[in-house]
Amino acid sequence: MTSNMTGTMESQMRSEPPMIQMLTPEGDRIESGEYDGFAAELSDDDLRGFYRDMVLVRRVDAEGNALQRQGQLGLWAPLLGQEAAQIGMGRALRAQDFVFPTYREHGLAWCRGVAPETLLGMYRGQNHGGWDPQEHRFHTYTIVIGSQALHATGYAMGIGLDGDVGTGDRDRDAISVACFGDGATSQGDVSEALTFAGAFHAPVLFFCQNNQWAISEPTSVQTPVPLYTRGQGFGVPGLRVDGNDIIAMYAVARASADNVRSGAGPMLLEAFTYRMGAHTTADDPTKYRDAALDEEWKAKDPIVRLRRYLEKHTDTPADFFADVDTAADELAARIREACVSMETPPVEEIFDSVFVEPHPLIEEERAEYLAYLDSFAESEGAH
Amino acid sequence: MAALPLSKAITAGLRKAMDDDPKVLLIGEDIGKLGGVFRVTEGLQKDFGEQRVIDAPLAESGIVGTSIGMAVRGYKPVIEVQFDAFIFPAYDQIVTQLAKLTNRTHGAENMPIVIRVPYGGGIGSPEHHSESPETVFAHHAGLKIISPSNAHDAYWMIQEAIASPDPIMFFEPKRRYWLRGEVDESDPGLDPFSARVVREGSDVTLVTYGPLVPTGMDVAAAAAEEGTSVELIDLRGLNPIDFDTIEASVRKTGRLVVAHEAPVFLGLGSEIAARITERCFYHLEAPVLRVGGFHTPYPGSKLEHHYLPDLDRIIDGIDRALAY
Repeated sequence: MTSNMTGTMESQMRSEPPMIQMLTPEGDRIESGEYDGFAAELSDDDLRGFYRDMVLVRRVDAEGNALQRQGQLGLWAPLLGQEAAQIGMGRALRAQDFVFPTYREHGLAWCRGVAPETLLGMYRGQNHGGWDPQEHRFHTYTIVIGSQALHATGYAMGIGLDGDVGTGDRDRDAISVACFGDGATSQGDVSEALTFAGAFHAPVLFFCQNNQWAISEPTSVQTPVPLYTRGQGFGVPGLRVDGNDIIAMYAVARASADNVRSGAGPMLLEAFTYRMGAHTTADDPTKYRDAALDEEWKAKDPIVRLRRYLEKHTDTPADFFADVDTAADELAARIREACVSMETPPVEEIFDSVFVEPHPLIEEERAEYLAYLDSFAESEGAH
Repeated sequence: MAALPLSKAITAGLRKAMDDDPKVLLIGEDIGKLGGVFRVTEGLQKDFGEQRVIDAPLAESGIVGTSIGMAVRGYKPVIEVQFDAFIFPAYDQIVTQLAKLTNRTHGAENMPIVIRVPYGGGIGSPEHHSESPETVFAHHAGLKIISPSNAHDAYWMIQEAIASPDPIMFFEPKRRYWLRGEVDESDPGLDPFSARVVREGSDVTLVTYGPLVPTGMDVAAAAAEEGTSVELIDLRGLNPIDFDTIEASVRKTGRLVVAHEAPVFLGLGSEIAARITERCFYHLEAPVLRVGGFHTPYPGSKLEHHYLPDLDRIIDGIDRALAY
């Protein structure tokens, strides 16, 4: 799979570097040589499953935005436009793999079985996480940009120490996935993660979702060089995939994951996509980007693209799409209800789980503060 | 066990912990063949292999960040930071990730990571090799901090640190690395967060830790010759701090001096002064006094003896406390 990995510096510096695409925006399949084998494994039912995943996750996202606007969430980080990148990657992974997400990985969370309600809880301010990373093999959302790339790399070093790579046993060989965006590539931690991954030959798949915007800064502010080449100096080969093309995303993620799993060393996958929404609900993209660009990317919408394919090239019945929309409505109603009925956690939670073993100062502060609160209860006759 | 230098007591403690638990591994710069710049890990790579004694790329944030990932995988990394002030590239990973992951996951995830930091001055080094940044980390919730002052404590405290399910920063008094002391291996271990009354006294309490404990012993001996009875306390635990032991002593002596190499301003002495004043205001005969480094960058080594609290400056602090 080296043919697409590297190019001459000249080709890298061209405005349109090589990008693997298998499904056109019009919904037609195009040949992609070495990756077609993985695409061929996908049945029409699999593709309908991907469609369903993407529609449901987009609906979760829309509900997150709405709940924030209605004051039910403190903030929401939309994934709008990145559904194919995340579902394609998420469905290409195996149970024993471990994903280290940013804070926008709602599609990957979906694939790893983290309930959308849990994500809403975090953005509501119920807690800073809310799920057991080991249970889902999906680490905590990480807000400081790029930090998690090192955690993923260390985890992969652990896989190597355990000998769970390159054995040929597909149920044993594992990888970790380091998620990050275009902006994060400027962080030292991402470069250090590439350094360690290269030096230790760690089975980590670097997954850069280049959505082209780091809040208001376009990728050109971060680098003049295509991001899929970022790993080359570290010994980490890279590929650029059309991140709005679910078939290419799945096929190339499968191929790359299998390659890393086989002991070939780390790889970097750049999903070339677009943040169709705002950075977060606190952001206003109209202040810094051209509406024409948004329109251009709307034409490349990952969900519309797959729907066109299913309609044109499979015998998917029309009521399939209606059923998915109904399921999305039901999901939205369910998570809305769950969100608005979340009770504020008990104040004691502030003092819980700072450490595994108790810390006398924290216990003292807990006791003092609860006594302080109780003093009001006594005077007012109510809590 | 024969008398060991403090550094070799740590080596012995590391070796014991690695023998006892195959998940314990060491990672740091130059810790393999070289055995670390202070030779604390000498011989361990030869005996435990390159997979358990890992020479890391020169990237402190990378060392801490990848250690977090290894801990997620079930390992117990013991990190060596080469020198105190080289820790700052890792500051972000330590305070925003390591210190907070147990809380972020509601206790689902443990972070059994130890960060060993040779700290303090007095060895004639260039800039960035002599600092005492323990308070910087003590200010952050989620990190526990300990510092041994002698070989016996070092042997046991490093093992306690490694056995802990919480992140522990282990500050090693580098100018005392060569200080020999008996190590009692039959000891059932010790609570690394309990302060130790090194010498009992009745006139004034002197609280210190790490590199200044031997200085404190000299202070107590010199003061005794002048008729002043100093009770010397070695904190061992810097977060949490064993305030009960300090309080009991101050209730007896009525006077407290806290000495550390770190700057006085917002140093551990400030917190100890505030809390002891709250706890035993009516037992105090004098304000709590602090002796420590200046609010300046650490000076060049030709001037460091002015910066570091020595016997005379601590005696001066005791005299001032007694003058009230």
